[in-house]
Amino acid sequence: MVNSGNPQHLVVIGGGMVAQRLVEALRARDDAGRYRVTVFAEEPRAPYDRVGLTRWFEEGPEGIALGDPSLWADPLVTLHTDRKIESIDRAAKTVTDRLGKVHAYDELVLATGSSAAMPPIPGNDLPGVFVYRTIDDVAALRGWVEEKRRSYPEGKPVRGAVIGGGLLGLEAAGALTALDAQATVIEFGTHLMGVQVDLGGGHALKRLINGKGIGVRAETATSQMKPHRRTGHVGRLDFADGGRLDVDVVVVATGVRPRDELGRAAGLPVGERGGVVVDLTCRTEDPHVWAVGEVACIEGRCLGLVAPGNTMAEVVVDRLLGGLAEFPGADTATKLKLSGVDVASFGDAHARTEDAVEVVWADPVAGVYKKLVLSDDARTLLGGVFVGDAAPYASLRPMLGAELPGDDPSAFLLPEGGGGAPGLELPDDANVCSCNNVSAGTIRGAVTEHRCTDVPGVKACTRAGTTCGACLPLVKKLVDTELERAGIEVSTALCEHFEMSRAQLFDAVRVADLHSFSDIVARFGVSTEVPTGSTTGDASLVEPVETPVGNRGCDICKPVVASILASLGNGHILAGEQSTLQDTNDHMLANLQKDGTYSVVPRMPGGEVTPEGLIVVGQVAKDFGLYTKITGGQRIDMFGARVDQLPDIWRRLVDAGFESGHAYGKSLRTVKSCVGSTWCRYGVQDSVGMAVELELRYRGLRSPHKLKMGVSGCARECAEARGKDVGVIATDKGWNVYVGGNGGQTPRHAKLLAEDLTSEELLRTIDRFLMYYVRTADRLQRTAPWIEEVDGGLEGVREVIMEDSLGICADLDAAMARHVENYEDEWKAVLEDPEKLRRFSSFVNAPKDADPSLAYVTERGQRRPATSAERASGVVIAGPKLEVRA
Amino acid sequence: MTVHHVSDVQVTRGNWGSDNPSEVRWERACLLTDLFPERGAAALFGDVQVALFRLPDDAAYGVHAGQVYAVQNLDPFSAANVISRGIVGTRAGEPTVAAPVYKQVFSLVTGTCLVLADKTPKDDLPADLVTYPVEVREDVIYVGLP
Repeated sequence: MVNSGNPQHLVVIGGGMVAQRLVEALRARDDAGRYRVTVFAEEPRAPYDRVGLTRWFEEGPEGIALGDPSLWADPLVTLHTDRKIESIDRAAKTVTDRLGKVHAYDELVLATGSSAAMPPIPGNDLPGVFVYRTIDDVAALRGWVEEKRRSYPEGKPVRGAVIGGGLLGLEAAGALTALDAQATVIEFGTHLMGVQVDLGGGHALKRLINGKGIGVRAETATSQMKPHRRTGHVGRLDFADGGRLDVDVVVVATGVRPRDELGRAAGLPVGERGGVVVDLTCRTEDPHVWAVGEVACIEGRCLGLVAPGNTMAEVVVDRLLGGLAEFPGADTATKLKLSGVDVASFGDAHARTEDAVEVVWADPVAGVYKKLVLSDDARTLLGGVFVGDAAPYASLRPMLGAELPGDDPSAFLLPEGGGGAPGLELPDDANVCSCNNVSAGTIRGAVTEHRCTDVPGVKACTRAGTTCGACLPLVKKLVDTELERAGIEVSTALCEHFEMSRAQLFDAVRVADLHSFSDIVARFGVSTEVPTGSTTGDASLVEPVETPVGNRGCDICKPVVASILASLGNGHILAGEQSTLQDTNDHMLANLQKDGTYSVVPRMPGGEVTPEGLIVVGQVAKDFGLYTKITGGQRIDMFGARVDQLPDIWRRLVDAGFESGHAYGKSLRTVKSCVGSTWCRYGVQDSVGMAVELELRYRGLRSPHKLKMGVSGCARECAEARGKDVGVIATDKGWNVYVGGNGGQTPRHAKLLAEDLTSEELLRTIDRFLMYYVRTADRLQRTAPWIEEVDGGLEGVREVIMEDSLGICADLDAAMARHVENYEDEWKAVLEDPEKLRRFSSFVNAPKDADPSLAYVTERGQRRPATSAERASGVVIAGPKLEVRA
Repeated sequence: MTVHHVSDVQVTRGNWGSDNPSEVRWERACLLTDLFPERGAAALFGDVQVALFRLPDDAAYGVHAGQVYAVQNLDPFSAANVISRGIVGTRAGEPTVAAPVYKQVFSLVTGTCLVLADKTPKDDLPADLVTYPVEVREDVIYVGLP
């Protein structure tokens, strides 16, 4: 509710993550509309997830989107991007922006963050030397690496170096690797991530980093950067120990400096190492000026992490609204977000507390190092370091400062399954999500009070796990425990006829080797008492298995069983009892429309069609009076066919070489493609050829939901493949494959599963992905939510299908091979079988009569169903009895 | 599959409004074997469309096993003549058909709409289906029309 009075004006200088958090918190809590807020951002974009900057390479801007974009549409919120503030006039309570415009404030928050520090190494201004802080930095870095690669003969690598072996440096090295450049990390100190990790952890970390193909030089000072003789670009690093390294690109990640220049100029006190000094309420010396995030010098230091910045933002909002919140001290827990390298630390990682006890578990061969720091009685948890296996991090970090249960703390460090770590019962005030400051109690409350029944619901309700996601395993554990405690059983039952989920039923049917609905419902169905009387029990009809009384399935479970039977290879979908399970679309092998007629879609693999084919389609549509439209999947849909016309239409299509397009099925629809290297000036691979191959390989594959695929011939992505369940994008070296995209009500971009695959590897990867999905997804669950639910998410899927972590790949491969081998055109089979053809009659007592209630009008030169009003007013001009040329 | 049917016995059912069988006009629809068990078929009588369903001789259908039912073919929720193309099954033991357009579920025995699926009927049509009496004699199905 907006206050009728004049709201106070809050000005926020800086448009980073902490500024976003402050505005979010204010708008969530300031119900009365006491403040309107204006944010001045220096970057030309809304706040984004700077912590996840490396994701920008893989997922683009969407991968680092932050929070709900509707925040910036709030009438009490104004965001000015690309609008640096040049000065503050505290006496007049105004700020002046780069355009010279003056803005008055009632309250002012400095959230200017930091800038990347550039050490005074000679040559640090050479072209090819970058910092790693903003999207612009990252984009420039990528552009440079790609430019270098283009200028080199094929196969010559781009050589990169990162100066600084901290958290940011390692992420920058990961980014270089993602760009396919070589990377060497130069660290001045004794080991990597020296702030967070002790020497033992540093050694384990070095092995892991080396394992990613990244070089490491510790205890190395860079004395100068030398230009390349010919290009003048950075070309060599010289080290103090006399060593040298040839480079094409250098990323400097040696630390950050608070952007405190506005505060200094405005006469506000700054700390010894910079940063605007604030008290525990985040207020500066000026009662109307606050500072939050990296620019704030709190308790004598600046904190370069987002979690304490968010806490400061919450403190300021509380104070502005009259609360008494104080900064509770920094949670400096960190987790490295580099794929395949697990590093996390929290609390007193270096055991600086007096008499602290360290418990270490190390496996140098596997590159695992884990350490707990405990109080002198070995009970209270003071900190921890995890390298190579950060699994205990999520559950142990919230126990910081609490007593660990059990007698032997080392139990918490043993590999999973190797020891009996006692179950951790987190206190309600334990902080589970430090990014969003969500406690265990809040998560429990989401289940008990707000009736959330799953992790996505709890995420939406509490914001836990929505920023970095490191706490999600713990959130899931808490949610599961709480659901169990509340006696809420989350039903995965398909319907009243089966207590199993689709995935469970799939396995059950496969293992029990059942091939008909009757057998499946007899074996796994739920028994219902028939209220109307006893059964006509003729015991000789059935096997000794007792038929569940009153259970013959429904429109929910029957199509699921139909899909399972089809996936397991049980012949034609209209064969025998299977035909009774099919939804009308599958039953008529066409798509039901609103007036009861159907639409017809012949397959055009990859969207490729010959002129002769087009003429046949056009002639068929003309002869049967069908409305035609191009689909989003690059083929042609013909509408308005009656059931009795379907076989006649298909006979002509099949004769011309067309086959069923499965537009009616929960199955592979189309593989969309761009024209690719055969015609396109930019294409690097034959995308149409690949799309045709994929479509012919997976045609007819029944799945939990419809499946779409796309193939683009180069990175321009004209086929919009990343909007598909499986998207393939050509690279110079082969194919990148993305999974989990879709359009529709909840659009999703597909995420990278594997890079630079050969055609053979690509097929194998997609084979396994699809078959794993077909076997384990829920009813009507698309690939994106399925991936989220797989243990470990996308990484989990990758492990199953690329590393065979479940040992099922051979089985998946064999299942797909059977599918490919047993494919037959469903329509051709119908046309060859009089018994199946018998289904396609309008009326059982008048097989070729048209439904007399059908009525059409002409619009834009084609017919469409008449509306109720048009029927009533009699403007219907095309009745059902169109002349049909046989 | 053995066809189980009622022969030489007149069976009438239905709630279409008359208690007096003499007001029923019996029309021949088709042969019992023209119907696929557990699937529907439409029959046309003048401008009246009837959806016929033949239940299989399966113990799960209890007393309804092997019976033939007739309801209106007009789907009240889409105003299209498509009820005959719905999936046949059971709800709490009652034989049902699900409308293929928006998935409402109707009792085959009484025509009552059991599941609305968050929809209201189109053009003010009644939500329940009209049922018609059926008689099977010597493998021929007859439908009683008003």
